[in-house]
Amino acid sequence: MEENLAPGALVGQTAPTGALAHAYVRVEPVPSLPPPPGTVGAIGWVRANLFSSPANTALTIVAALLAAWVLPGMVSFLLTDAVWSGADREACVAKNGVLPGACWAFVKDRISFFIYGFYPIDQRWRVDLFFVLGAIGVGWMLWQNAPRRDIGMIYFLIVLPLLSYWLLGGNSWLGLSAVDTARWGGLMVTLVVAGVGIVASLPLGILLALGRRSKLPVVKFFSVMFIEFVRGVPLITVLFMANTMLPLFLPDNITVDKLLRALVGIGLFASAYMAEVVRAGLQALPKGQYEGAMAMGLGYWQMMRLIVLPQALKITIPNIVNTYIGLFKDTSLLLIVGIFDFLKAIETARVDPQWAAPTTSATGYAFAAIVYFIFCYGMASYARSMERRLSVGDKR
Amino acid sequence: MKKLLMTVAAGAALAMTASAASAQTLNQVKQRGVLQCGSNTGLAGFGQPDAQGNWTGLDVDFCRAVSAAVFNDATKVKFVPLSAKDRFTALQSGEVDLLVRNTTWTMSRDTSLGLEFAVVNYYDGQGFMVRKKLKVNSAMDLSGASVCSQQGTTTELNLADFFRANKLKYEPVIFATADETIKAYDAGRCDVFTTDASGLYAERLKLTNPDDHVVLPEIISKEPLGPSVRQGDAQWNDIVKWVHYAMVTAEELGVTKANVDEQMKSANPEIKRLLGVEGKFGEAIGLTNDWAYRIIKHVGNYGESFDRNVGAGSRLKIARGVNALWNKGGLQYAPPIR
Repeated sequence: MEENLAPGALVGQTAPTGALAHAYVRVEPVPSLPPPPGTVGAIGWVRANLFSSPANTALTIVAALLAAWVLPGMVSFLLTDAVWSGADREACVAKNGVLPGACWAFVKDRISFFIYGFYPIDQRWRVDLFFVLGAIGVGWMLWQNAPRRDIGMIYFLIVLPLLSYWLLGGNSWLGLSAVDTARWGGLMVTLVVAGVGIVASLPLGILLALGRRSKLPVVKFFSVMFIEFVRGVPLITVLFMANTMLPLFLPDNITVDKLLRALVGIGLFASAYMAEVVRAGLQALPKGQYEGAMAMGLGYWQMMRLIVLPQALKITIPNIVNTYIGLFKDTSLLLIVGIFDFLKAIETARVDPQWAAPTTSATGYAFAAIVYFIFCYGMASYARSMERRLSVGDKR
Repeated sequence: MKKLLMTVAAGAALAMTASAASAQTLNQVKQRGVLQCGSNTGLAGFGQPDAQGNWTGLDVDFCRAVSAAVFNDATKVKFVPLSAKDRFTALQSGEVDLLVRNTTWTMSRDTSLGLEFAVVNYYDGQGFMVRKKLKVNSAMDLSGASVCSQQGTTTELNLADFFRANKLKYEPVIFATADETIKAYDAGRCDVFTTDASGLYAERLKLTNPDDHVVLPEIISKEPLGPSVRQGDAQWNDIVKWVHYAMVTAEELGVTKANVDEQMKSANPEIKRLLGVEGKFGEAIGLTNDWAYRIIKHVGNYGESFDRNVGAGSRLKIARGVNALWNKGGLQYAPPIR
């Protein structure tokens, strides 16, 4: 009945039914007019987003000019003028005095070196398997609807590191020959170092953050000391300390693996930063959450595990991912202590006389940028979707 | 507190150095079954991984030669890539047995770092590159030229000294990195490009038209590059020294990788002593008497190694110059084996 009422009828609630018969009362709503042509479709979007105000218009024009200035050169260097195949530098040298674009033939020739470094060629399937196992672990952990994520957690945190260690380093029980870490290199080392840093820094960082806010003086003192000391020195100093000074302090017959030293250095460094990120989350929580948890009769660890940390970590997701991305890129500092990470592999290959040509270096760096971007953007995108999912409750 | 810590650290470092040095490096290497060689992290022609990840280069060949002399196998080398900063500590701490990483032999390094330079396997020095169309044949004709060089290296100093000593005018154009410097030279910002001669040839490949440029014959500084070992192990020092001398002697006597088996039957007494057919020279340095045969068989003589890695047989095409044998106008001279 109600939907047949004329709008006028609603105003006069007590109007008699006979009023409907009056000619000046509409029985049907006016058909809605289409929105003004300037506010819909492509034009509307452009007006709303690009030219909504004088300042915005100016910005748009500047950005467009900038793009027009940079993009054509970039496209012609990276794509249209690029050299895609060839056996050596002859393919990428100037033809009739004209320089070619990016020398992708160089990347194509050296791609296996960029990925595997010095890893023995007949054993490289082990690295491939490591990539696959790692991808399974990451996928299992990140995909919300994956089955048995509890097993996935065990796989990711215990099985995968052990398996990777045996797979890459060798294990006599599994019949895998030993491969010295001096022969590891390329993307594989970058992923191993970043992976270890990422996996180790969160739990360690949480413990340090809790320690820093602890009421136990000794725990608090050591946490503060560790965090402040490690944060107070640059990563490059930590790496130098680990790689140059440490061997001098150790007895003669003990040599700790070079990569391991760097791994421990990076892991500890990342934990100190992570601790401060987590502490920010802990402090952002209202005191009532702690008091409520205590009033429920929860013990310290129960309170942390069930009430405080889930909320605190959620708040700091952007910062945690920020630290991860920073860590991923910081792995390129390893080249200074002579470890062949992905960037170092490119750095080394670009000066090889076989490929040294005017555009080789630029190509190598462009390739590095693309690969680093893919990984970092991947991390950032996942974090964004995670934030959206977790913040549903806040938007109610 | 800080001072105390530093003292303790320095003391510990010294103690380590001393204990590392007194140990018999040869025995350690034999026991380990692999030679640990401190190498470059990537320098064209001297230490450079190829597409398969195998190390190649003049310095790399030297490590392989030592491995061949000790193990009769040129592949038993673990290359430890070292940066310029951690190379000496790696040697002092025993992480590497031998440092072959284009390191200049200077008095301060030789006397104060607890290491010993065994021999010079490449005489480097600063040189000049100019455009061919300038028709300059000697650095003495460079008066008034603008010179591109890299900032903060000895290159800059040597450059100033050379031009001042010869009463020539020049205009320095200085850049922060090697890449910028060569780019600027290529773009015509300056007439002359200067760096160490070995680097000149490598950088030339990055030019738009490498064939339009020529390296001038003058070398204006002394950069003798050579392998170094820990101080205090005379036997190991001798081995490293004589590995190089054996390679030079082999070139002088015409013993090559290809003909070394034939040369075993040679009547020449010098070849007989080199290859261990006569005398017990190998045993005297703790190796077998066929030590030099092994080196030449697996790696080749000095000339072959030079050619293959940096010389005419490579893309760098560095002229032998001062690195030619002594009887061909160069400085490579080996004491006789007798």
